[in-house]
Formats: sequence, C-alpha cells, structure tokens
Amino acid sequence: MRDVAIVGIGLTRFGERWEHGLRELMAEAGVKALTDARIESKDVEIVYGSTMASGRFAGQEHVAALLADQMGLKNVPAVRIENACASGGSALRQGYLAVAGGIHDIVVVGGVEKMTDVTTAEATTALGGAGDQEWELAQGITFPGLYALMAKRHMHEYGTTEEQLASVAVKNHENASKNKYAQFRKKITIDDVLKSRVVSDPLKVFDCSPISDGAAVVVLAPLEKARQYNDTPITIAASSQASDTLRLAEREKLTEVKAAQIAASGAYRTAKVSPKDINLAEVHDCFTIAEIMAMEDLGFFEKGKAAKAIFEGETALNSRLSVNTSGGLKGCGHPVGATGIKQAVEVVMQLRGEAGERQVSNAEVGLTHNVGGSGATAVVHIMKRSN
Amino acid sequence: MEKASASSWRRMEERYNLLANECKNCGAVYFPQRIVCRKCGRHTKMESRKLSGNGTVYSYTRTHSPADAFEEESPYLIGVIELDEGPRVEGHIVENGKEVTIGTKVRPVFRRMYADGEEGLIHYHFKFAPV
Repeated sequence: MRDVAIVGIGLTRFGERWEHGLRELMAEAGVKALTDARIESKDVEIVYGSTMASGRFAGQEHVAALLADQMGLKNVPAVRIENACASGGSALRQGYLAVAGGIHDIVVVGGVEKMTDVTTAEATTALGGAGDQEWELAQGITFPGLYALMAKRHMHEYGTTEEQLASVAVKNHENASKNKYAQFRKKITIDDVLKSRVVSDPLKVFDCSPISDGAAVVVLAPLEKARQYNDTPITIAASSQASDTLRLAEREKLTEVKAAQIAASGAYRTAKVSPKDINLAEVHDCFTIAEIMAMEDLGFFEKGKAAKAIFEGETALNSRLSVNTSGGLKGCGHPVGATGIKQAVEVVMQLRGEAGERQVSNAEVGLTHNVGGSGATAVVHIMKRSN
Repeated sequence: MEKASASSWRRMEERYNLLANECKNCGAVYFPQRIVCRKCGRHTKMESRKLSGNGTVYSYTRTHSPADAFEEESPYLIGVIELDEGPRVEGHIVENGKEVTIGTKVRPVFRRMYADGEEGLIHYHFKFAPV
C-alpha cells in the first residue's frame, strides 16, 4: 500500500445555476482541479465520476465519460460510481484504492448533480430512490420522511428538541455566510427555522438541505510524487466504508447510522487517531437530525448528548471541534453526486490554510462523513497535512 | 413515484395477505420477505408465514411534501410499525379521528393507495389504523 495525497481541488459555486448544465459544471470544477495540481491532461490515468441520479434530473447517464471529455481528458478510462448521496465519497474511495494499490498514479475523481431543472415533486421522487423503492418510495415515504421518522424516535428516546435540531441549521448557515461557494450566504435564527414550512414533521424547510446544482473535483497522486504537483499535498490517512439494509425500518435502531459507526471505527484504526484528535469535520447534514446522529456515530459525543452540545456551540467554527465549516449540505448546498467530493475539497482548503474567513486555526487532522440513503452506505475519510 | 404496474403486481400476494417468511434454522421472521436470512446467512429453510398485521407505532411523521404520485393525499401520516410477530415495516396510518403517537396499538386495514392517472390501475396496499 502506498500513501495517497490530494494534489488538486476544484469546486463550482453551489446553488441554482440556471445558466450552467451538467457539462459546464463539470468542466468548470475539472479545469480548476487540474490547474491547481499543475498537471497536464495527458498525465491523468483514470477518471472516477459520481452522480446519483443524472438520468432523472438531467436525462443524462454515462456521466463519467462526459466528465473526462468535458475536462479535456482524451480517451482515458472513465467509470461512474453511484451510491445515492454517498456517491462522491464512494468515488473518492475508489480513486484512493487505485493509487494506494499501485495501479494508477494520477487519478481524477469528480462528482456532479444538476438538480434544479426538474420540479420539487420530481426531485423528491428521484431522491426517494436512495431508499427502498418497493417498500418505502412506492408507499409515498419520501426521503425527508425517512429522516423525520429517525428524528421523531431520537426525540422520544433522548429528549432531543426542535430547537436543538434548528441550531444545526443556524450554525451551518453562519459558516456558509463565510463561504463564497455556498448556496446560502444569509444567516438565520432558531426562530426562522421553527417558523418555516413543515416538510415532514418535525422537519421543516430549514431543517432540510436544498436542491442544488454543482460539481467538485479532486486530483490524487502517490504521496512520494505529490510535491511535483503541489507544495502542500494533503494525505488521505484513512478511507473506510460500510453498508447496511436499504430499508430503514429493518435496522436495529432508528436513532443511529450503524454503517457510519463501522466506517468511522475502521478509519480511526487505519489512521491511528481517535475522535479527540480531529480538528474539523465535514459531516452529512442532509437534515439537521443527520448531523446530530453523525456527531454520535463518529464518537465525538456520547449517544444522546450531541444535540445539547451543538445547541451550546461546542461544534461552532473554531470551538473544540469545527463541524461543517463549508456550511455543510444545509448551508453550502447538496448537489448529491458532488457532495462527498466537496467535503474533501473543504477539508483540503482548511488543512492548506486557504479557507479565508472560515479558517480553522488549529487545522491538522480533518474528517469527512458521507452517507447514502437513510444510512445504507457510509464513507469516512481522514486527512492530514503531509509531513 | 414509478408507475410500475409490473413490480406492483409481482408483490401483490405478499402485500395483500401480509405474507412474511420465517427462517426455520434460526427463527428470524422477515416482512417483506427475504431470500437469504440476514441473521444466520442461510437460505435453505425459508418458509412463508402469514402475519396478523397487528403492531405498535415505533415512529411516525406527517408528510406535507409528497412524492408526485401522492400529491392529492398530502399531508398524510406514515409510520414505522413494530409488528407483534417481530418485523418492523413502514406504512401509512389511517387516523380515523384518533390520536397517534409512539406506542399506539394499530391493526391492519386494506386501502386504496393511488391510481395511475384517471383511467389507470388502482394500487391497493395495507395501511394501519389505531385499535
């Protein structure tokens, strides 16, 4: 196994990008990543492209070849990776494995989703495919509905409150206000969240990540060659993944994501770090309850204690642990296939010290947590500044 | 929502009759049915078993932002029901004017779910009602 580094990053602004289609988004992020890595297109050996539902959202499948083509990579092998909302993290892991295993040196991993060309009901249906089509979606159980079922049970078992849920969104909007790539730059209050329209109770519009367009790309290289391409390569210290039942009701508990717990413990073991060594984390806050469960699943807080801690500011920017400095899925936006890769881009920016207004002062070790569906896939990566 | 008549019909017997299956090796009960037992990993002694459909509300939510086939019904109450025989299943809850919360006892009812347009097939499904 070789050490693997991220040597290039590229990101589009997330949001409603009416003027840009799938290919323009991919080309924009792709060119930025290649430029950042000071790499020539002929050096790229393979492309992993992630999208969850480009066929449903844009009528376009076969997206990895399109990504390679649009960013100017001629005839390279290109492979699409799909794992619902964890597509990006899963693609990053495939790229990592290819470099770590010595099969390829320079690997491009890119993710994209173009979601705003369809109606909200069509988007809700497309996203519902992340759950069990025959036994959840076919009964009208939407994706927010699944997380609402988890939230209701979490409130029942641990006394979690709607104000505590809301505080996740308030924190992430605060961080997003400092991020030029973010969909929402406006700060909100607890009251704004509580008074917003109910989507699936107890979750309101401001408890939910938005429908977004965007793309994110990273370039990977073996660490031993990384400085040819970048002065501050960031090492991927661990890449870990797990799965679980697609259907939520069948899981042992609704108040945790077991796949995330398993992926996290694998990642900590490989990276030889513990939760207290992590300075910043980009976690999968598709809904506010998801960030609360993530904090518990990743071992940052005891079960049932995270909601209160978040409410009290323990995960705010430059507190003990800075969580979702990009604004997370909630504030920065959630173009599904791009999200897992955007999380890595944010951690790289932080570890390089290039995060500007939202820079974490002690950024040495960062973590990403990307979840697919209601928890049927989870991917955790740990990244460090390279020695 | 897929207007997937074929897949809807394929599962009709199982859904209409609440047919679970039971692994005779380890005793685990599955609804919906599984081909391979998740608990013991074997598939040789999976036998069909009819459920009562009675159970308890394990969690619930009222959905106001539906998938497109369910727009007419919105808002509607869905729940995770812990069936008396063990398996948990998602389903609609028909309130019949009664209050529903975690722990509410429910029984199965057979209801119209949605139609494929004005002249298309009508899809039926089990739902749950407070006892």
